[in-house]
Amino acid sequence: MLKITDDIAQIEYQCEPIVNAAGWQADTSGVHLTKFKDAEHLVRLAGAFAIVLVLFLLIRAHFIPKSFGQYGHYRGNALAELSSKPVIYAGHNACEECHSDVLDVKKVGKHAGVNCEACHGPLAKHAEDPGSVVPQLPDTAVLCVRCHEENIAKPKGFPQVVGAQHSSGEVCKTCHQPHSPLLSPGEKKS
Amino acid sequence: MPVDGFMYPNEIELQWSVLIVVYPFVTGLVAGAFILASLERIFHVTAVKPTYRLALLTALSFLLVAPLPLQLHLGRPERSLEMYLTPHTSSAMAMFGFVYLWYLMAVILLEIWLEFRQEIVLLSQSCTGAKRLLYRVLTLGSSNISEGALRVDDKVGWVITLIGIPSAFLLHGYVGFIFGSVKANPWWSSPLMPVVFIFSAMVSGIAVVLLLYMATARMRHQSIDMRCVDTIAQYLLYTFIIDFGLEMLDLIHRIYEADESFRSLDFMMHTKLFFSQVVLQIALGTLVPILTLGAIQMFHVPEKLRKIAYAVCGCLTIIGIFAMRWNVVIGGQLFSKSFLGYTTYKVDLISREGELIAAGLLVLPFMILAVLVKILPPWPKSESAGAD
Amino acid sequence: MITRRKLIVLLPAAALAWKYVLAGTPETAPNYNRSEHWWGMLLDIDKCIGCGNCVRACSTENNVPDGYFRTWVERYHVAGWEQETPQVDSPSGGIKGFPPSRFEGGKNFFVPKMCNHCVDSPCTQVCPVGATLHTPDGVVLVDETYCLGCRYCIQACPYGCRFLHPTKHTAEKCSLCYHRITKGLTTACCENCPTGARQLADLKNPDDPIHEFLRTHSVQVLKPHLATGAKAYYHDLDGSVR
Repeated sequence: MLKITDDIAQIEYQCEPIVNAAGWQADTSGVHLTKFKDAEHLVRLAGAFAIVLVLFLLIRAHFIPKSFGQYGHYRGNALAELSSKPVIYAGHNACEECHSDVLDVKKVGKHAGVNCEACHGPLAKHAEDPGSVVPQLPDTAVLCVRCHEENIAKPKGFPQVVGAQHSSGEVCKTCHQPHSPLLSPGEKKS
Repeated sequence: MPVDGFMYPNEIELQWSVLIVVYPFVTGLVAGAFILASLERIFHVTAVKPTYRLALLTALSFLLVAPLPLQLHLGRPERSLEMYLTPHTSSAMAMFGFVYLWYLMAVILLEIWLEFRQEIVLLSQSCTGAKRLLYRVLTLGSSNISEGALRVDDKVGWVITLIGIPSAFLLHGYVGFIFGSVKANPWWSSPLMPVVFIFSAMVSGIAVVLLLYMATARMRHQSIDMRCVDTIAQYLLYTFIIDFGLEMLDLIHRIYEADESFRSLDFMMHTKLFFSQVVLQIALGTLVPILTLGAIQMFHVPEKLRKIAYAVCGCLTIIGIFAMRWNVVIGGQLFSKSFLGYTTYKVDLISREGELIAAGLLVLPFMILAVLVKILPPWPKSESAGAD
Repeated sequence: MITRRKLIVLLPAAALAWKYVLAGTPETAPNYNRSEHWWGMLLDIDKCIGCGNCVRACSTENNVPDGYFRTWVERYHVAGWEQETPQVDSPSGGIKGFPPSRFEGGKNFFVPKMCNHCVDSPCTQVCPVGATLHTPDGVVLVDETYCLGCRYCIQACPYGCRFLHPTKHTAEKCSLCYHRITKGLTTACCENCPTGARQLADLKNPDDPIHEFLRTHSVQVLKPHLATGAKAYYHDLDGSVR
């Protein structure tokens, strides 16, 4: 059974099973959509979709990062962020500013192309504030071996030795000056 | 070390886990179930009408679960809204959000609503308490179920189903394209991939609806409409033949061309993937069902035997299609892109991407379906008196 | 109609909105002009001694987690003339150098690997949200605050140079030390390579000696048939290298 009160056009439903649904119609709201009476439910649905779409567009406008699309399909700010990460290796130019005496020895020797931090480790902090970080001298027994221990895959012309045979257990520094390591025949480090 | 031979150091750990096997499996079931439903609606295969509503609800149950494996797999799931904010149009994966929403809202939910609207309105008037509120909300405020309104529903529903067919192909086909367009991976890279995915999806979807129909009829002590299941089995067979044909074409092509990846992939198929590919996917999951269903088409098989055959074939099919997804996703990551080595996939039991979660995700749609059939009973009207 | 009253409300609102818009504009670096550079790298197989300095330096400079590699070194052994089955190893990516080889004879050499910063990179193509990007100066980077961790880019890279960071859960790879090269320094790997096997190249700078080398010597890229536009150029790369 249904009751329609004209003034507010509300429908009260009671829980009785409706036997014949085929010819039954009802005014569901105060708005008369006589033209679209049979498709009115679809109009409601379309309205619901439209609301969701508008909400989606609003959310999108709010959340898209402001710099997105500046250079391409990515956050433009990412470039500045990725450029400003901390530098850990100072680079040999920074070392040579203060340690020009070492540079003078190195640049005429066989290690001219070997940069300082390749052996001495990362020292940007030291370069920035020399007093704050005191670099540790590398252990030549470990360091030199990495490059100069013989290995079949190393280029043929590259100076490599079998450590045990070459120095019978003596540490490389005993004979070789690391900044200019090549010895002439018979020469030993002074 | 779980590595045989040589792999690039970053390749040793698999990137896409079993959850990425579950996802295409689930969306495949959605697409397949929907295509079965459309058989009746668009192509007027009236024999399968008893499964129409069940197929729609099955599609919805699996569709609701589909985003879950993806969310669980993402490294940063809290950022997944970005797919809607800034989708990268060159990426097939970026389509997911929109294709999924489209399919959920504009196809499945709309079609289910139009199909069930009459019952929803009636139930909104005859029920009490919370259920009544639920149905009233579902009516969207309209209780017009006149003949005219129902005719409109039918027409619009037909159009939705028509649009739904290419939408279903898109929903699952794009997953095939995600794999098929990766030129770095020769196990995946193939123009056939989206097509194979779609046809295997149809096979699995049809099989799952067949099984569900038979199982629910059994549970509700109703008789199984044999004309219906016989027709479904026929369509399953046809789709299977096409699917098998496509997969064999891919295999034969690979063997014939034998490009740089062939030796590595061939070895992998004979060793690491032997059980899942040759035994589960090809032999048990494809050949046995095709031969059985084919035999039923050619010879007279009594009804009781047919029912058992359909049930067994349905189960084997689903296992076989799951194995197919496994072979594509996991198989594609077991070999090195240097073609010089292999790794192993260790699935954890209990972890965000582990076996328990995967099993749970596969069971969840059936639980959702159990709830859906209570809210929107899909059973044929003649049986409604005896429905639970 | 715009009345004075409306303007009193509108103008401050517009100013606020404009400030909001401008707040998203990034600062430009002081003297580095991106359009003047196009970065690449030269990897000279003739010179690589497999010391692993580059792997260690990269790991230190970029905080690379253990077991994952932004760059790594492979050792090849090619027994004879055939190219299809080299013996390759890369113990921990070469981070501790290489132990003595178990092979004798044949061709043996080291191959450093890294992100190739491809011009037509498949990784940027497949990123669903725009978290991996091409800078205007030719570097492929990952915006780790935007990455979803979907791992599609890792699948799409033919060179295996990407990985998922185990704690950040975002994709990561060689950034060509973008934070260094935009300040006039070279990359950490090039800085620490003792033999000059790795050298940064500015392909837009005609005076760059590496650019000159690339123009006058025979160089190869990895997997050229995939047409990725790789910019990591190898000198004297054997055909067996994958």
